[in-house]
Amino acid sequence: MTVLEKREEVRKIEIYDTGEAPLTVSYGPQHPGTGHFRMIVTISGDTVVDVEPDPGFVHRGEEKMAEYKTWITNIPHLERPVILDSAGIQYPYVLAVEKLMGVEPPERAKYLRTIMAELQRLGSHLYWFALYGIFVGHATMFLWCFTDRDYIVDLTSLIGGQRITHAYFVPGGVRNDAPKNVPRGLLREFNRYYRMVTGKELTDKHLEFRKYVLAVCEFFDGRLDDYWEMFFNSEIFIHRARNVGILSQGDAIRLGVVGTTLRASGIKYDNRVCNPYDAYPNLKFDIPTGERGDCYDRAVVGFKEMRESLKIISQAVEMMPDGPVKLKQHPINLRVPAGEAVARTEAARGEMLYYIRSEGGDRPYRVKISPPSFRLLPAIAYLLKGAQIAEIPPIYWSLNYWPVEADR
Amino acid sequence: MSTTIEALADDLSAKFGQAIKSKIVDKKIVKIEVGREDITAVAKYLRDNMGWDHVKAVTAIDLSRATKKEDRLEVIYHLGTYSRADCWGLDLAISCRVEKASPRMTSLTDIWPSCEFHEREAFEMFGIVFENHPNLKRLLLPDYWSDIPPLLKDYQPPGR
Repeated sequence: MTVLEKREEVRKIEIYDTGEAPLTVSYGPQHPGTGHFRMIVTISGDTVVDVEPDPGFVHRGEEKMAEYKTWITNIPHLERPVILDSAGIQYPYVLAVEKLMGVEPPERAKYLRTIMAELQRLGSHLYWFALYGIFVGHATMFLWCFTDRDYIVDLTSLIGGQRITHAYFVPGGVRNDAPKNVPRGLLREFNRYYRMVTGKELTDKHLEFRKYVLAVCEFFDGRLDDYWEMFFNSEIFIHRARNVGILSQGDAIRLGVVGTTLRASGIKYDNRVCNPYDAYPNLKFDIPTGERGDCYDRAVVGFKEMRESLKIISQAVEMMPDGPVKLKQHPINLRVPAGEAVARTEAARGEMLYYIRSEGGDRPYRVKISPPSFRLLPAIAYLLKGAQIAEIPPIYWSLNYWPVEADR
Repeated sequence: MSTTIEALADDLSAKFGQAIKSKIVDKKIVKIEVGREDITAVAKYLRDNMGWDHVKAVTAIDLSRATKKEDRLEVIYHLGTYSRADCWGLDLAISCRVEKASPRMTSLTDIWPSCEFHEREAFEMFGIVFENHPNLKRLLLPDYWSDIPPLLKDYQPPGR
């Protein structure tokens, strides 16, 4: 009897043994860590027999709001649903507007966008694993990830001027160039941590922006080894996640899932490679995939993605040419030619798609956001059916579902 | 099997010449508009013969305030494929128009289960009734919402 068959057997027994009517409970909407989301879970004994995802507690009407704001003032509010990955959510908006205007950003801007998007992917994944850790009973992972994430956030703040919501991308480039030098205080702060973990010392030559970014990337690459030992290779985690919530390749396709969930099921689909944009075609990196499509694979794919992101950032910062970072300063009432455009990118949680229709005015006629989390909703319902109550947190967290992103 | 989007669009024209109302094929968007009654047949053909196996988004648009005014809603299905790696870089959308006064169309959840939640969203935001949808009810809006569907152009948000 295989492990899987054994599981099936256990499930059958447990449903059979209760002798009580199924119970329907609300899982949420208070959900520390992600934002508000509810699952209406029907349980029989210890087994989940039915799940109905109930999003909408943090619906903000972003799409309606976008019709009332101008093309430029849309950028800061469109990034609000996913402040952790604000570059990811506004990226396709900017690309679609550029398509409508028929412009392409300067080379340097393309690299800066790539660096920013990858830094935010790292920050977002660290946040994900922090909470994944604490929800499966691994408090150290929570503390480590949050500590480390702060240094990534410092770097995004150095480039974009804000820790998380920086409205950095604009049609035709990025808002401002990266600084040439790093403030001494920031280097000192990072050096304190760097010395503590590696026993080595950063010097004044790391005050140069490029050297500093490379040092941060190298440091994190080493940190990921620690994560592997501490969390991904730990018994606590493996026992909670291995062979739990298996999503086969066929089901992944049928349910139309995205991101790490899709790749963990063995489909090597990543917009950065298969539908490349900006600087990605010039960079070399791998797309990690899983084999079994269980909770463990989904986490490991995310873990390996962080390594690839570090590779991308260190390549991009080396290859980044000098020059302007935007075509021109757009007026606040920028006018975009009439037409329709679609753009899709790979955000931290998966494929982000925008459809924009312009009627030639100073504001969009219709903006449609199709965020990755929204496309994971069918998978939540599918995977939790038949699971046990204790398996709800690992399954839910392995999907990297972000309620605010799904609700918009 | 066609691998460029132009060839794919031509293929569709040859198969469903009568049903296709308009066709946009350019770098910005690839959209094939068909009649409301033909969309199921076109969708089935795309899934079974061309490998478009999931829906990335369902966009509805109220055309009543567009430059070319029309008292109709446009419903766009943005399609994707995971099973055909040669089409991963391609975008394809099929669309149809429904009357704004009583918007109804057949649900495509039978063909693409991935559009279940997308159609529910279009239902509550635009009032489009998808026939044969397995679970057509509110998704994001609160239960106490009693105004008209909010993404229609007739709905004015408070304070605007």
